[in-house]
Amino acid sequence: MPRNQKHSPADKPRAASLGSRIRPILCVLRGPVYSFLTRLRRILGVASERTIVSLIFLCGVSAVIFVFGIFFFVFREGAPFLRDAFDAKEFFLSADWYPTSASNKRYGILAQLIGTGTVTLVAMLVAVPFSLGAGIFIAEFCGKKTREVMKILIELLAAIPSVVWGFIGLMVMNPLIIKLTGAPIGLNVLNAGVIVGLMSVPIIVTIAEDAIRAVPDTYIEAAEALGATRWQLVRKVILPAAKSGLLAAVLLGVGRAVGETMAVLMCTGHSINIPFDGKAPFFHVLDSVRTLTATIAAEMGEAPRLGANPDGTFPPEALHYQALFVIGIVLFAVTFVINVTADLIVKGIRKRK
Amino acid sequence: MKNWNQGLIECVMAVGVAVSMCGCKGDKGTTGPQKAVISNSGSDTMVNLAQMWAEEYQKVKPEVSVEVAGGGSGVGIRDMMQGIVDIANSSRDMTDSEKEQVKRNAGKEPVEWVVGYDALAVYVHKNNPVESLTLEQLASVYAEGGPADKWSQLNIDIKAAGGNDEIVRVSRQNSSGTYFYFREVVLGNKDYKPGSRDMSGSKDVVELVGKTMGAIGYSGMGYATDAVKFVKLSAGEGKTAYEPSLENVAAGHYPLARSLLMYTLGQPQGAAKEYIEWILSPAGQEIVAKSGYIPVSAGGK
Repeated sequence: MPRNQKHSPADKPRAASLGSRIRPILCVLRGPVYSFLTRLRRILGVASERTIVSLIFLCGVSAVIFVFGIFFFVFREGAPFLRDAFDAKEFFLSADWYPTSASNKRYGILAQLIGTGTVTLVAMLVAVPFSLGAGIFIAEFCGKKTREVMKILIELLAAIPSVVWGFIGLMVMNPLIIKLTGAPIGLNVLNAGVIVGLMSVPIIVTIAEDAIRAVPDTYIEAAEALGATRWQLVRKVILPAAKSGLLAAVLLGVGRAVGETMAVLMCTGHSINIPFDGKAPFFHVLDSVRTLTATIAAEMGEAPRLGANPDGTFPPEALHYQALFVIGIVLFAVTFVINVTADLIVKGIRKRK
Repeated sequence: MKNWNQGLIECVMAVGVAVSMCGCKGDKGTTGPQKAVISNSGSDTMVNLAQMWAEEYQKVKPEVSVEVAGGGSGVGIRDMMQGIVDIANSSRDMTDSEKEQVKRNAGKEPVEWVVGYDALAVYVHKNNPVESLTLEQLASVYAEGGPADKWSQLNIDIKAAGGNDEIVRVSRQNSSGTYFYFREVVLGNKDYKPGSRDMSGSKDVVELVGKTMGAIGYSGMGYATDAVKFVKLSAGEGKTAYEPSLENVAAGHYPLARSLLMYTLGQPQGAAKEYIEWILSPAGQEIVAKSGYIPVSAGGK
């Protein structure tokens, strides 16, 4: 404040040249002008402080609002189906998905549940060994330069859009699988599993690497002092110590695989089919399947969103749209449980430290 | 000093943004009403045709712009019901409950326009030895409980051509107009056998069939590529099989011919009315033939 009232040396020659008549006026005006500005600045300062604080608060709680908002809307759209037509036994244990049948509409999502399950299983069989291996290598074995390069490349893997992965499955994996296995079609559990597995590698590697680097150096030094080989070090010291972190990494990978939509829509063949039967090898990895997410993606666009009749009941065509939202609720519940479990495990690690 | 300067800059910026926003609004207001816009959406089968009409109409009437979107017959009808588009393209008739909804929501009767015919073609891979099928054979492949799962059951030796004996059924997602039409005419409204690969677009069906030796699929005849071939269809055992072509549809021989429809909310007015009249005129119908479908005048139904 006092700084403002003083003339800076640079002003001096100019002020002198303005002439002596203006100077006293300026001097008289200066006091009220400055006091007005000071007050304005204070008001603005308080106001902007408040705005910024509330803005940051809004950003902070927005995630919570969005999650509850999404849950609310998904639940609201699905509610009439849950009320009027939902039969848990048929819904979860029947593979008949005929929401637009002319004579007998049936809503069974067993095939899609199993489709999501098998694709996730194959994806994890592909991703977990590779990711944990990569995580251990990056965290413990490679030099600093290699580590930096590897981390950048793996993060690049996470940046590839899922539709591009789907395209690779469609154009590269599909003919390859037909050629190598003689399967009638290359769009199947194996194709989608490999693609989704590769998609979940970056998540698993990143978290696994953090978990492994969090193993105290003293453990490793102690093991080395006792003459442990590298393999013994990894197997007996690092893996047990980082166990929960690695489990959390795998669970987040599972969450990614369950929620993946576009790539599985393109790579699974999108077929209502349970890839198990009584004949060996019981689980047919070359069968086409359909997942929960892909069902929503493919059918939501055209499922008519019809309003209720005047008496509050819905026309039978409206149930398709609502049933898709119930699938959304199921997916929401599954990913919620997976993420909370992973979160609790990670929290457990932090507390122990 | 610094603080005060910053405040000033913020003020100037705020005013600047406000002024520029006003400017935008003004621009929109002045250029908007000069150009009439006709929007239509719907059937995936018709989206190429609708696009060609729109482009050609641009040359005939530059002052009118036609916006085309796909999405499927159901989407088009829903968009029209909600007043998002002027015209719904549909490859199936509106259902009674849809008509009911339109009447209740919009207070107007939907008006139907037949703008052309399509032969729903059955495609197989170009190296597949199959030449013709009867509608019953098609039903036994596609219908729930139908016995045919292998090409050998249809007396076709696909192994000789280097394929897998399993029939890979390619179908459409369960809300598509094509799905409904095929179910009605071929399956007699019975449900599809589970396990078909359900594609989300007419083009996807043909592409998958073109890449899969043992596949069979149905899609609009306008989507044929070099990798696939038509299967000739006959109405029954011992009857002549016909391939989908303009002549066979016009003569009423081909069993899977269907109408391509446009729906409007009540009688169309102004630009939309002129557009539909132009589509039904010889100039518009010529484009129907050009895009691989069958003009109204030639349709033998």
